[in-house]
Amino acid sequence: MAKFEPVLLANVDNPDSHTLKVYEASGGYKAMKRALTEMTPVAVIDLVKSSNLRGRGGAGFPTGLKWSFLPKDHPGPIYMCINADESEPGTFNNRILMEEDPHQVIEGIIIGCFATRAQTAYIYLRYEYPLSYDRLQGAIDECYKAGYLGKNILGKEFSLDIYLHRGAAAYICGEETGLIESLEGKRAWPRIKPPFPAVEGVFRKPTVVNNIETMACVTQILARGADWFKSIGIPADPKNPRDPGSYGPKLYCLSGHVNKPGCYEAPLGITCRQLIDEFGGGVWKGRKAKAAIPGGISMGLLSEAELDTPLDFAGPGRVGCLGLGTAAVVVLDETVSMVDFLHNSCRFFAHESCGQCTPCREGTEWSLRMLDRIKAGKGRLRDLDLLLEIGDTIGIIPGTTICGLSDGAAWPIKNAIRKFRGEFEEYIKRTNPTGYMVTDAVDALPILAAH
Amino acid sequence: MPKVIVNGQEIELKAGEKLNGIQAAQRAGVDIPHYCWHAGLTVVASCRMCLVETGTRNAETGAITMVPKLVPACQTPATDNTIFITNSEKVQQARAMVEEDLLIDHPIDCPICDKAGECLLQDYHFEHGQDERRADIRPFTSRRREMGDTVTLFIDRCVMCTRCVRFTREISGSSELMVINRGSHEEIDVFPGYPLDNKLSGNVVDLCPVGALGDKDFLYQQRVWFMKKHPGICTGCSTGCSITVEENQDTVYRLKPRTNPHVNQWWMCDEGRYGYHYVHSDKRLTGAGKLEDSDYKNVEWSHIITDLDERLRKVRGLGVVLSPHLTVEEAYLLATYARSVDPNAMIVLGHVPVVGVDETFKNGFTIRAEKCPNRRGIEAIVLHYMPKVLTVDDLLAEIAAGRINAAWVTGGYKEPWIDESTAVQFEALDTLIVQDIFSSPLWERATYQLPGAVFAEREGSYVNYADRLQNAVWAVRPPAGVRVEASVYWQLLGRPGMYKARRVLTELAGEIPYFAAAAGAVSDVGVDLKVNLLAAKSEVVSAAVS
Repeated sequence: MAKFEPVLLANVDNPDSHTLKVYEASGGYKAMKRALTEMTPVAVIDLVKSSNLRGRGGAGFPTGLKWSFLPKDHPGPIYMCINADESEPGTFNNRILMEEDPHQVIEGIIIGCFATRAQTAYIYLRYEYPLSYDRLQGAIDECYKAGYLGKNILGKEFSLDIYLHRGAAAYICGEETGLIESLEGKRAWPRIKPPFPAVEGVFRKPTVVNNIETMACVTQILARGADWFKSIGIPADPKNPRDPGSYGPKLYCLSGHVNKPGCYEAPLGITCRQLIDEFGGGVWKGRKAKAAIPGGISMGLLSEAELDTPLDFAGPGRVGCLGLGTAAVVVLDETVSMVDFLHNSCRFFAHESCGQCTPCREGTEWSLRMLDRIKAGKGRLRDLDLLLEIGDTIGIIPGTTICGLSDGAAWPIKNAIRKFRGEFEEYIKRTNPTGYMVTDAVDALPILAAH
Repeated sequence: MPKVIVNGQEIELKAGEKLNGIQAAQRAGVDIPHYCWHAGLTVVASCRMCLVETGTRNAETGAITMVPKLVPACQTPATDNTIFITNSEKVQQARAMVEEDLLIDHPIDCPICDKAGECLLQDYHFEHGQDERRADIRPFTSRRREMGDTVTLFIDRCVMCTRCVRFTREISGSSELMVINRGSHEEIDVFPGYPLDNKLSGNVVDLCPVGALGDKDFLYQQRVWFMKKHPGICTGCSTGCSITVEENQDTVYRLKPRTNPHVNQWWMCDEGRYGYHYVHSDKRLTGAGKLEDSDYKNVEWSHIITDLDERLRKVRGLGVVLSPHLTVEEAYLLATYARSVDPNAMIVLGHVPVVGVDETFKNGFTIRAEKCPNRRGIEAIVLHYMPKVLTVDDLLAEIAAGRINAAWVTGGYKEPWIDESTAVQFEALDTLIVQDIFSSPLWERATYQLPGAVFAEREGSYVNYADRLQNAVWAVRPPAGVRVEASVYWQLLGRPGMYKARRVLTELAGEIPYFAAAAGAVSDVGVDLKVNLLAAKSEVVSAAVS
């Protein structure tokens, strides 16, 4: 394979990379101009479809296909929502794009709106990104001045307004229908589906929800073509007709116990070990890795032996993880206690569960309370079975909840206990030598101020 | 006809019927447990109690494709060839899980909970729950919060079904209730300074599937299993909501709405719900009296009736005032009796109380300004005897002209209804019979004082503003010394045996065309007299209507 050259991050180290001048100097907005002047919306959709671009937000749904779900001949308005509520723990690739290269994203949004005939786009930005807010707003203002946004862009029929909306810092607002509810000014309780957003989304109108990085990819596909995009990554599994493959460059967020944490661009399908060794400079302090989160905490855990798993859309699933997610790799070195890891994970999901569906609202809280108790030296082996039962029964995969948050809560529990059960049992036996085997109900702990 | 298969049993739905899995299963006699779903509210599918397995049957090949995961029945449309499986092990495990989850925070204070006995959490746990409490993780709290003047919230009993929240948003349109906090810390609350004070507030208590929302009027008054339920009609206004009167040993403890798609759907207003207390007022009139030598003498009911009858047979001109609080049957019996003693007796419509204007809520539920249940029914009876609907004013004119020298006035209003200046005009009469529940200027001028009954004591029919006739049965016996109007008239007419509303209704349905539609059985939801009246007049119209 030829040496991989970063594309999405090509500009980020240039001085003033966030300004229109610098972006255009490196060829920016040419793709947008070509699309608007030389292509039809259908041709843009077809191009994106043929590139097999899959959404970078976590679920990996094919972007072109998503766009084509919009009802034909709808009188409008059609909305584009850009999900910049990047709140999956360990993830910061959208932030790099928004802070250092916002025009690349906005160019993709303009192309995407042109393709889907949307005349309004909302960027739903997480509250904790003040610099992203300033840079994006600055870029939008520059685009209005340059005539790339507003009425009759480039003298064409096509008009577009982009609004930047800041969320109020809740994980659930990153779920696409939770985001829509929040954008409408309501409590971010994910909606029941159907109807899907493509049919009934923001303000009950057809809506496309795409991730920031996806839009940057759209820009690059328009600039470099679908064949370029498909020359990178892992091809579709010929034995699985439903596998669209994992093509294109991907921004991997590497953090945790590595020497050089950061956001790195690599072809989809790089293995976790390659990422740690080649980009991250190895595990820190000369230690060994014990485990790694493959793509944000909700995707579960790779054990050390599984670090050679390729990080494409299908890879982590083969070793029992939920999927690639946001490709946020967090490395845990050999000193990390898995009990601590799981406690932290459960605390996060209990805190962020929106509380709509009973199994998630109560299951996440119950698992946190059990971890609290294990950490307090009152754990029982039985608790591990209960935790696994909770992990196996909550989520949209068993069908017991509306959205995927509880799948994300379930996977760390399932992976941590199944892959590191010995450590959990040892911890419980060591900290609760007299009571670890008790199976009767035990006294409740006082409520801890856990979250 | 669309066919749906529930647990292997095939049932047919009507063409075009839009049902969800819960409703389709109900048709098949299968109960799918659910908390958050309510037929009158939007679907949120959040309690996850109604999880079932579903799939489709290929209409041609009969091949069955099942959905691999569980789905909420409330959110799954029952279209042709849909399969629902509600009794598999997978479904039962999911129900047990939800039940277990709901009890994690619940204080399990059933012995002191008003809802015990009619609580879905109890019922479903008994049926679908586990026999062991595994979630031994949290000490319970038991906190209360005032929602408003009518409702109190027991925070920790709540299962977050959000029915109450949706009610205030979708039905009353007042949006007082909301969910605060997130995750397992969620609670129902109101915004500070904006309590739950809409005129339909009591419905949130009915909607609450568990003991979280308590009705302050009913709180700690009675265990629900001691109460007997009687179908009735609210007589608070001319909407005529279908209700259930719940009583124990002749004391009414609460009124609840009874589902009637034609009238009140699932709801009733607070005015009606909490307005029953006058039934047990100590100001209720008891004991019949006769004016003798400017003083009232207590008379046995049996004596007073024969005495009355003798006296009325001698009068020159008799006028009868039919209160719109009387049932149709009572009004008919009294008018019949009046005409039997005086063939030209004047029959008029009594006072029709009107307060304010009609008040319509977001979903169309209307509290009417006309605060009586039966104006339409009484008018029809008056019209049967008189050329037009005459009122008390017409009667007073006749009294002033000296053509009427005896009158029988029925009341039954819970509010004062006649003033001194009107009552004075009745003094010209030789004989004045007043039948009422509270004392009034007219009562004090009566020659015969007959204490009357209230709605919960009557049996009969009312016709609401939209010409819908509905039946009510008596729920409690009247206080000692009071006789229900119907039985008095029945005895005056010398009819054999006991008063039976159904016999009278059949008789008057044959007699007065307006009531023709009530000749057959009247169902729980009543019968629309208007439509049937048209149908009776013309076969063509009948065909068009059906």
